[in-house]
Amino acid sequence: MTQTETFDDLRDLYQDVILDHGRKPRHAQRLAAFDATAKGDNPMCGDRVEVWVKFDGDRLGRVGFEARGCAISVASADLMAETVQGRGKADTKALFEAFRTLARTGACPDCGQALAEPLERLAPLAGVHEYPSRVKCATLPWHALIAALDGTKEASSE
Amino acid sequence: MNVMTNPAALDIERIRADFPILSQTVRGKKLVFLDSAASAQKPRVVIDAMVNAMETQYANVHRGLHWMSERTTEAYEAARDAAAALMNANDRSEIVITGNSTGSINLLAHSYGRGVLKPGQAVLISGMEHHSNIVPWQMLRDAHGIELRVAPITDAGELDMAAFEALLEDGKVGLVAITHMSNVLGTVTPAERIVSIAHAHGAKVMFDGSQAIVHRKIDVQALGADFYAWTGHKLYGPTGIGILWGRKELLEQMPPFFGGGDMISSVTYEKSTWAAVPHKFEAGTPAILEGIGLKAAIDYVQSIGYDAMAAHEASLTEHALARLSKVPDLRIIGQAQDRGGVISFVLGKAHAHDVATLLDRQGIAVRAGHHCAEPLMHRLGLDSTARASFGVYTTHGEIDALADGLDRVREFFG
Repeated sequence: MTQTETFDDLRDLYQDVILDHGRKPRHAQRLAAFDATAKGDNPMCGDRVEVWVKFDGDRLGRVGFEARGCAISVASADLMAETVQGRGKADTKALFEAFRTLARTGACPDCGQALAEPLERLAPLAGVHEYPSRVKCATLPWHALIAALDGTKEASSE
Repeated sequence: MNVMTNPAALDIERIRADFPILSQTVRGKKLVFLDSAASAQKPRVVIDAMVNAMETQYANVHRGLHWMSERTTEAYEAARDAAAALMNANDRSEIVITGNSTGSINLLAHSYGRGVLKPGQAVLISGMEHHSNIVPWQMLRDAHGIELRVAPITDAGELDMAAFEALLEDGKVGLVAITHMSNVLGTVTPAERIVSIAHAHGAKVMFDGSQAIVHRKIDVQALGADFYAWTGHKLYGPTGIGILWGRKELLEQMPPFFGGGDMISSVTYEKSTWAAVPHKFEAGTPAILEGIGLKAAIDYVQSIGYDAMAAHEASLTEHALARLSKVPDLRIIGQAQDRGGVISFVLGKAHAHDVATLLDRQGIAVRAGHHCAEPLMHRLGLDSTARASFGVYTTHGEIDALADGLDRVREFFG
């Protein structure tokens, strides 16, 4: 049996992309210079994330984060940081709403063509919809990011 | 599978057949339920007792003059007798029926805390309490000027007895409120010693027995305790019903907590007088069906017997500690000498939630998180652990499945 076959039953949620980004996140760093920041906290499981944003004009230039949590939350933060780069605020918020639907239901049929490409990049996280208690792990970094964009400093996934 | 240490007194296959849910599959896998410390599964006799009451014999209790009410009152009150016998209470009136352990401890914190303890006195808890035995005392501290003290634990996860005694020495502690068995570490605290030290310093003792009563015969008179709190749903009974046992003379000193029907002797607009204990603490229509279910659960436990249950648990715990210690990178949290079937662990750098989800994917149910014991987690320097816990229906084979499942999780995370 190959390694892949052995773990087929474990891969629906923990796809390679998630394991990879969970283990070796590319954007897991505090930005030295930033324009906005906020913390996210999931009191039920103790996951915590802090997000920093550096704008490039009216777009999100760089996003960095520090996360203390499970592989899902770290991978989600990393994929988020990667995906929102270069997007406007309104666009980022729309993407968050679409991603939340994806995480809760496994799909976002009404999300429209404009979000198809970024949602595709976030699609490896769609498996969390089968684990209601883990949906918040995936959405927590987004709550923190939106709080940073709104200047509210703190977010909770509760 | 270690059949040799499985005591003959406990016929595990017959017991498993008593629990309908154990034949369920989860995510296409045979259910391996190792989360009994959070809430235990229910035997058929408990399910039937509650359904039967609803189908054949149900009305409100303590007030009806009709046949249905009288029969239902008898069935409900039988839970009080069963609980009194289970704990060897001196009298059935010492059994206060509450909603759960949290309800029992809040009742005590409000009633004994505000009615009997005086500002300037202290309540002493330990460093391995569930939030339900921390927060009510914090609320009492802030509202009533009661000091809250915390007796530290050792690195092995045992109560530091020297520090415990030192915290009692100034005589200010009026009440020791402490777990009888940790829901995180599995540590069983030395209850008799705790009582004798506390009493020598003039303090009463309440045990949070939520975990202990599932595994050990509790004799409150032999322990010399003053109060003992536990919950039905961990003892194979329904949710929504718990017990606060208290020595009668102490319960009689305590003012009511909730006001309402059932707890009064007489009511006028000027003044009400209280019913006798335990009813003065039991305002409103009680959890009638849950009481009937709890009675069935206690009868079930008594029919198996604590000797057999404790021996089974000891055998499972020994097997689990041996098997889990062979899983590479796995660290068991808590090494108390006297411990029960609740085992917390961390696996390498994997987060406990990932471990739990990956075990769930294999049909194995464990708890992960801070287990409602955040201060203990801080003491241990951890954010979370995974926890396997055992019930009367747990098999040695299920522990083997856990160990094999953890091996897979480890390989998977590489």
